[in-house]
Amino acid sequence: MVLVFMVICVYYFVSPRGKGESWMSRLNLGLDLKGGIHLVLKVVTDDALNQELAQDAEGISQELKSKNIPFTASKKGNGFSVETTGVDSARANEARAYLESTFGRRYSVRSAVADGKTNFSMSFLGSYTRELRESTVRQALETIRRRVDDLGVTEPTLQIYGGSGEEIQDQIIVELPGIDDPDRVKSIIANTAQLELRLVKKDQGGPFSSIESAVQANAGMIPSEYEILPYRDDREQQGKIEYLVVNKIPVITGKDLKTARRSTDSAGAPAVGFFLTSDGAQLFSRATEQHVGERLAIVLDDVVNSAPVINERIGAEGIIHGSFTVQQAEDLSLLLRSGALPASLVTLAQQSVGASLGNDSITSGIMASMIGFGLILVGMLVYYRSSGINAIICLLANLFILMGFMGAVGATLTLPGIAGIILTIGMAVDANILIFERIREELRSGKTVRAAVDTGFSKVFWTIFDSNVTTLIAAAFLFQFGTGPIRGFAVTLTVGLLANMFTAIYVSHRLFEWVLGTRRVEALSI
Amino acid sequence: MELFKQSSINWIGKKWWFVAISLFAFAIGVVGYLMHGGLNYGIDFTGGTLVQIKFKDRPDLDRIRAAMEQGAASAPLIQTFGPVSENTVQVRLQTALGAEQRVEVGRESLIATLRKTYDPEHLGSQQTDLNAAGEDALRRYLTDTDPDALRTRNKTSQEIENYYQNLAGSILDYRNKTMGGLVPSLQSLKEAGASDAVIAGLQKQFYTGPFAIKGLESIGAVVGSDLRRRAGLAIGLSFLGMMVYIAIRFKPIYGVAAVVALIHDVTITLGFFALTQKEISLTVIAALLTLVGYSVNDTIVIFDRVRENLRLMRKESLFNILNLSINQTLSRTIMTSGFTFLAVFSLFLFGGEVLNGFSFALTVGIIIGSYSTIALASTIVEWWYRTIEQKPKRQVA
Repeated sequence: MVLVFMVICVYYFVSPRGKGESWMSRLNLGLDLKGGIHLVLKVVTDDALNQELAQDAEGISQELKSKNIPFTASKKGNGFSVETTGVDSARANEARAYLESTFGRRYSVRSAVADGKTNFSMSFLGSYTRELRESTVRQALETIRRRVDDLGVTEPTLQIYGGSGEEIQDQIIVELPGIDDPDRVKSIIANTAQLELRLVKKDQGGPFSSIESAVQANAGMIPSEYEILPYRDDREQQGKIEYLVVNKIPVITGKDLKTARRSTDSAGAPAVGFFLTSDGAQLFSRATEQHVGERLAIVLDDVVNSAPVINERIGAEGIIHGSFTVQQAEDLSLLLRSGALPASLVTLAQQSVGASLGNDSITSGIMASMIGFGLILVGMLVYYRSSGINAIICLLANLFILMGFMGAVGATLTLPGIAGIILTIGMAVDANILIFERIREELRSGKTVRAAVDTGFSKVFWTIFDSNVTTLIAAAFLFQFGTGPIRGFAVTLTVGLLANMFTAIYVSHRLFEWVLGTRRVEALSI
Repeated sequence: MELFKQSSINWIGKKWWFVAISLFAFAIGVVGYLMHGGLNYGIDFTGGTLVQIKFKDRPDLDRIRAAMEQGAASAPLIQTFGPVSENTVQVRLQTALGAEQRVEVGRESLIATLRKTYDPEHLGSQQTDLNAAGEDALRRYLTDTDPDALRTRNKTSQEIENYYQNLAGSILDYRNKTMGGLVPSLQSLKEAGASDAVIAGLQKQFYTGPFAIKGLESIGAVVGSDLRRRAGLAIGLSFLGMMVYIAIRFKPIYGVAAVVALIHDVTITLGFFALTQKEISLTVIAALLTLVGYSVNDTIVIFDRVRENLRLMRKESLFNILNLSINQTLSRTIMTSGFTFLAVFSLFLFGGEVLNGFSFALTVGIIIGSYSTIALASTIVEWWYRTIEQKPKRQVA
């Protein structure tokens, strides 16, 4: 029975994961051993709140206009609110009914009268703020997951995580083992990739060399439906930044994209081709038909990437060019395919371990562990003679069970995990030493070999049990409350200690009985 | 073989010696702490940026330092990393704790400075540094340009893709595993199995930069303080858990004594870290936890023997029973500590730079842990029953 169990463990330890993979490939190595990247990203959920407030403010102002209710302005106020001011008091009840029925689920609506006009102030309900923040984080996680999958990273770890004292969990931990160009991968993951196609203002739209000159050209006042955006077309401007006056409302956005892929522009340079959904294509062809001769700004994350002139009606596909390398074009198309992030991300922590550094760690770590393990084995043999063989079998069995478990469940081995293994080996050696010393004691007191072995094991049982359980309790707390590396330590330690109790108490005892059972033993080699 | 016959040393009688030794070790730590103005926390806890860079030629630390100090907010800490022959240095930039600044800033300016100082001819060039390139870029370039002219040899596109994927893989394996992360010149890729045509093809798009980033860690102050809080919480609760278990299985004072011994071990080991100014990272915390595991294991073995002896010898005084128990388990204590010390010390000697702090903590910790088990835990129990609880309760669990 024990033998079958051991064979299973050894199988999971050394066997390849699948066809064509190398031996021991079931064992996942952590970032610190394999190389890779670990990121802690904070989702700026305020972005999503502000975006929704601005949208609602715009919606209110359009609705009031269509209802012919006079008002001064409707805009985003301070502290997550929408302020609708100067509503004609005669029609305030109508306005209130509209606001409450449309926004009552998400906002609390308050009104105040000043100078015969009514001002409405709507602020997000606490429960809705929370809900929106949480769903923003989940959406961000999904977008990142799509990007990571598209990159083809194996064994990625993505996890939502809470900071200290935060109201909600707004951090995302991304762990990608085996990545060898961390900067590129990071920029792919954390890029908002908000694509918008917007019309450039027909007259006096730019480009201008500065924001001031853009304002001047428009008679000191940019109309409210337009805004100034930086314009950076590396191919034509050699890194110089100019400014364009563009419409605030996009013709189409990234949401209207069906897919995107790397292609080449008319000059043969790398570019990104995009394809629109049928709804998007309809919108796009109508807009381009109406605005032939005007410029269309391709805006990526609030920077105009290029602004070609519309020569004719464009249908379902288009092209974005810039001074891309092949790699950059490939990456941008990946970003457009995976969709935009719902909010911007801030990197709180980044760790990237080069494959060569990981390789150094594992080579020297394994060599050192082997030397240490070898010394222990030799020492046990010298000090406990033939009984040392018993201890060695138990130690190896322990190690195989531990590694077999790690391989079977696909757990990840990290540097602190190796620390856990070292502690396990130490405790396993200790268990054997405890047993042997106790048997020696019993032999000294004049017991027969068989009696000494039996008493030795029964007396030591509770010692081993108590010391292992105490350490297990500590490991459980470390697993529950610790972060990454400390958890890795707790996992190998827990499995190792359970294996230890099994091998030291049960396997070792059976081995002694088996040896003693086969022949009459007068003196035990211990 | 048997090195230790049953000894009969009066351990508890020597308690003042132990107190003196512990205080002395503690004092060394305090002196180290005061001398260096505290522990050297790693960037895991303080926030900051840590970069390991391998250079083609032996790096001139002063030159790097001079380049870095221009425009850096705080003075960077620059030291050689690993054996000198590896030409690797480690640069550490500290960010002020509490400021929620972008973690990218320090790192980006550092790499830009290095490029400007060591690799000015490739600034703004369209060529790619092979020593910073990923497998994707290399594979894609090779497949696109097809330097080995497989397309003229009637191969399927799948075969061509596999061929260049393997080639890119072996070039990067050569860089990462054989050369430690830095290829000195494209010519040397011959050793990785690249043909002359491939090398000539690579020269159009790639060059070999004079340095390579081996590892990089940027921790924002927010995450740093969070990690510190969580590590503290995890350790505190695990101490409490152990104390409660030992208190239930033995007697409350045994639990307290065991945990006091643990705090003693951790404090003194940290004292050695203060003295040597070795860096305290999360990995070192894992090492401290390991030593806690060893130490509590030792303590329980002795307590277990005390429990057994109290049952067997009902007339004996606690003082004698404690001494007897320590002596009976002495052989085991020394053997176990000796063997684990062997394992840990070999990790310290051969484990390489990354494991250095980790194995240092364990090497120091195992010695202190074994000592505290004998010297401290039992002494506290004896002191408790002698002074606080005048009549020792003899029935233990």
